[in-house]
Parts: sequence; structure tokens; C-alpha cells
Amino acid sequence: MRDVSKVFGDVVAVDHVSMGIRQKEFFAMLGPSGCGKTTSLRMIAGFERPTSGEIYIDGKAMGHTPPFQRNVNTVFQSYALFPHMTVEQNVSFGLEMKGLSRREIIRRVGEALELVRLPQMAKRYPRQMSGGQQQRVALARALVNRPNVLLLDEPLGALDAKLRKEMQIELKTLQREVGITFIFVTHDQEEALTMSDRIAVFSKGKVLQIGTPLEIYERPTTRFVADFIGETNFLEGRVQEVNGEFASVIVDGGRRFVGRAMDGVRPGIQAVISVRPEKAQLVEQPDSSPNCYEVQVHSIAYVGSDTRVIVMLGENKLDVWEQNTISTLDPNYFFKPGETAWLTFKPENALVLAH
Amino acid sequence: MASDSTIILLGERGEIKPKPRGETRRFSLGRFALVTITLFTFAFLYVPIAVLIVFSFNSARTGATWQSFTLQWYERVFSNARILESAANSLIVAVLSTLGAVVIGTLMAMAMERYRFRGKGVWDGLLYLPVIVPEIVMGISLLIFFAAVNISRGLLTLVISHIAFCMPFVYLTMRARLADFDRSVEEAAQDLGANEWVTFRRITLPLLMPGIISSALLAFTLSLDDFVISFFVTGVGSQTLPVYIWGQIRRGITPEINAISALMLVLSIFLVIAAQFIQRRQRT
Repeated sequence: MRDVSKVFGDVVAVDHVSMGIRQKEFFAMLGPSGCGKTTSLRMIAGFERPTSGEIYIDGKAMGHTPPFQRNVNTVFQSYALFPHMTVEQNVSFGLEMKGLSRREIIRRVGEALELVRLPQMAKRYPRQMSGGQQQRVALARALVNRPNVLLLDEPLGALDAKLRKEMQIELKTLQREVGITFIFVTHDQEEALTMSDRIAVFSKGKVLQIGTPLEIYERPTTRFVADFIGETNFLEGRVQEVNGEFASVIVDGGRRFVGRAMDGVRPGIQAVISVRPEKAQLVEQPDSSPNCYEVQVHSIAYVGSDTRVIVMLGENKLDVWEQNTISTLDPNYFFKPGETAWLTFKPENALVLAH
Repeated sequence: MASDSTIILLGERGEIKPKPRGETRRFSLGRFALVTITLFTFAFLYVPIAVLIVFSFNSARTGATWQSFTLQWYERVFSNARILESAANSLIVAVLSTLGAVVIGTLMAMAMERYRFRGKGVWDGLLYLPVIVPEIVMGISLLIFFAAVNISRGLLTLVISHIAFCMPFVYLTMRARLADFDRSVEEAAQDLGANEWVTFRRITLPLLMPGIISSALLAFTLSLDDFVISFFVTGVGSQTLPVYIWGQIRRGITPEINAISALMLVLSIFLVIAAQFIQRRQRT
């Protein structure tokens, strides 16, 4: 995708987006609703034409190629199964359009239904199936054509939480098995992190960052990405100095923090320091970290795997998550609301982000 | 559409409370008036029709007195060449104009539903204006039009006119159908390699079929029953059944007319029920 834009009336849905998606990659387009991710997907499929820019599939410029001439298949958010056809007829539709022989069609439809584990459902109509089953039919209907690229538009959006988790793993396995490039649209950051090889984070029609889940989570380059992916604490301040990989920030209230300097961080500019709640710690005695300050424990919530503590650093509320090992379960050991503690985190676990 | 919902009062332990009594039993003027008006309305609507049907089985030649049950008027209907000929005309006109109205009306509805263009609201209004134009105005204007373009009156003018007044009904029905048509299935078909025509034939058309059938039945009924417009555009030898009936009535109402009317009524009711049935089945 090279410098692609799409304008609807006076709304810029996709604003000069460039992305390179690799062969056999599981690629997620992630962002809040209205960020341009679905429009981008629809342009790849051919349902929308870019206002400017060009889309290349397998090195070929797509231009005005209509959807039915692209070797790309889509799994729609609503599944868009043909309600007047059986599962079998739905899945064989694409092969019929290619003009394959009856025998070949039967063989491949059988394989595809096997792949999504629905062989016994061939004669059913979509309305007789559950959401999860319909979702698999939609997958089989797309995959049976052996496309170069499979596009998935929030395919798990309509499923309940448990089924979603199952399907996430299943989709990922399936993708490895068939070796097809998957491009996946989602607004669920956890889903994107679990499934993707790489993620493009969209906001307001622009791609803010493209990277592996690890890069996106650990090294967000912008405040938006840090905020959108996972939970984080922000401390507003001004950059004091940049020293190689690290920068120090004077936070409102005069405290000095040190973290990794990300793109565009220069001395004197406004910046935020971002630290993930699980990377901050509460200790009883100050340690040697430059990011160690005394805080007031505000509230404590037990959420199963972690204990989530909110602490006050001056006027700033910060989240600190401690994993529930034996020590945190011990009521005599752990901090209580109103007590003071020392908040600490390592400079390499904090990021300094320019605005 | 509002769903039929019932509110059930549950008691403290979840048992169904009996309806509070008394209120419903007590005489109230409002309730009395409501029942009376309802009965009167239904009588007003259906008593004349019932009389017509009853008298089509009456053996008396004239008058409003009942003699005995007979089927002879129905026999006469089916052995009268002129009645059969006008019935055949009615059917020919109804079939052809239904086809014409359904094709044009459906395509119009699709175009209006899917494309945006200047003055769309005006065009939309113009398309269903004929529904409220008085039939007599339409009849006269069609008559003048055919005279002006020099088409002699006959089955052709009947078919054209019937298409003209049936089409808006088809259009309205199909617009409503298309409004909740999920376009993503068409996109899915194109995504799977079907071009526009194949998509229309294999996906769009089958899914619209119930709507098309029910609007066809509606158009067929309208065409079959039409008198006013047909009266103006009919020619010698191309009389439809309603026009024939009207011609006979001028010489007095005969039991034969009652019998034909009863038959037309039954056919119309059947078609309307069929249309309703098909519409409802699609929705579930």
C-alpha cells in the first residue's frame, strides 16, 4: 500500500497511508472505530477505490481492478453468508465462479469444511447455525479459493468472550497451516497482540506505528500508541537532558524521572514519561533507581492474577500492578490504603515520548 | 414493527397474578360505545359483500327475496362466451401488466435505493404520486395521451395503462424490501469472483424473490379489479371483466353479476392473502 488516501465527501478516512505487508504474514490493522482501518481493508479488497495512491498485490498495481478479479478473499464482520444457500453451496460459490470441475469443487469444499471442523454441517442453512459456526463457514468460503491474501474484518467481533479466545488461537493455527497472508482488522488490542506477527496502529486515518506486538507494546513511539495498547501511566513534564539512549524529564512538581528517549525527544520540549503498571514496583525502602519516590497508597484491588494498587505521587494517580505471589497475599506483609511506600521503576522500563 | 408483547404481572414469589377483577366487568359507557362502533364498522364493511355472495346462490331471478339455493348462475357464468372472453382479457392484461410493472418497479426501486443523484427526492415523489392521483384523472389523461399519439384503444392500451398504475405499488413495496437488504452479501459474492450480473442473478434476485412475488400478486390484484382506468382506455372487443360487468349492470343487476363478483372477490382475497403470507414468511 503506497501513499493511499480515501476521502468520503469532506471526510478524510484514510490519510496518506503506506504499509508493506509481507508474504504469509499475520498482519493486524488496529485502532479505535473510525480510524480508517476498515476502509483500508475495503480498498485492498476492491470495494472502495483509493482517492489517491496505489495498492499493490503481489507486485501488481490494483488500480481499478474490481473485487471479483482480485485474488483476495474477505471474511466479513457480519459473515455475509448467503442465507438462501446451504453451507456447501456457500463454500463452493467461489470455486464455481472459477469454473472448476464438479469433482474438484466437491473435493476442495470437503477439505475446507474439514479444515474448519464442520464437515457434518454441509447441508445446513446458515440460519440453523450458531455464530461461531457461521464464522467458520465464512472462513471456509474464503479459504477454499486459496487466495493470496485473506482479509478479515473484525471476524470475532460478534462472538462471546470465551469463543473469541478459542477462535483467536484457532485462526492463528489455521494461518500457519494454510500459509496465506492474513490481514486482520480489529479494535481489540489484546486480540491484535495475541494473534499478529505485526500490527499497524491506526488513528484518525493515519498509521502511527507498524511493528511486532513486542515492539508496539514495549516501544510505542507515540503517546497515542502507548495509551491505546495496554495500560500505562503518564507523567507530564519537560525534557531536561538527553543522554544517549536515555532522557530525563522534570515532572510538574519538580521530580526528575529517567527513561528511554523515543523519536523526537530533545531537551526543553514538553514530553510524557510512560511506565506500564506491571513494570512499576512498590518497596518499603528506597532503592538506587533514579525513578524512586515516596508515594501514598490510595486504594488496593485484588483481581485474581494481580493486586492493583493506585498510589498518589503528589497530584498524580499511578497504577502499580503486583503479581500475586505468596508475599502479596500475606495481609501482614502488603501495603494498606493510607500508608506510604516507595514507588520505583528502572529507566529501561520507562519511555520518554514527545507529544 | 412493534412486537406483540404481553406483560404478565408477577407476584412476590414469581407466581402469575390474576387480572384485577371488577373493572372489566362493570358496565361502562365508553366500552359500550367501543363495541357498538366496532360491530357497526365491520357490518358496514362486510354486510353488502355477504348479501352479494348469498344472492349469487339465490334461485330467484330478481328481487331481494330468498327462494332456494342454486348453482345455476355460476353455470351460466361459465357458459357465457362474452363473460369468458372478458375474463380472458382481464387475465391477459393482468399477467402482462404485472410482468411489466414488476420488472420496471423493481429496477426503479434498486436504482433509487442504491444511487445518489441530484433531485432524488423529487424523482422519488414523482414515482409514487400515481398512488394518490385520482383514478379518473389518470384514466382521462391516458385516454387523451393515447388519442394524441394515435394508438387505437385495445389490449395494448390496457396493458400500458395498467403497468402505469401498478408500477408505483411495486416500487413502494420493493423500496421497503431493499431498505433492509444486507449489501454485504453482494460484496461477498463479488469478493468470491462473481461479476455484477452473476451477483444479481445468483444472490440479489433470489433474496428479493419473496418481495417480488408479493408485489406481483398485489399488482395482479390491482389490475384484475381495476375499472375506472380500464373504462377509459378499453376498446371494442377488449373489455375486461369489470368493464363488462358495468355494461351489464346498466340493464339491471342479475344474479349472474353477483356470481361473477363473488368469484372475483374470492380470487382477489386469495391473492392478497398469498401476498401477505409470502411477506411474513420472508421476515421470519
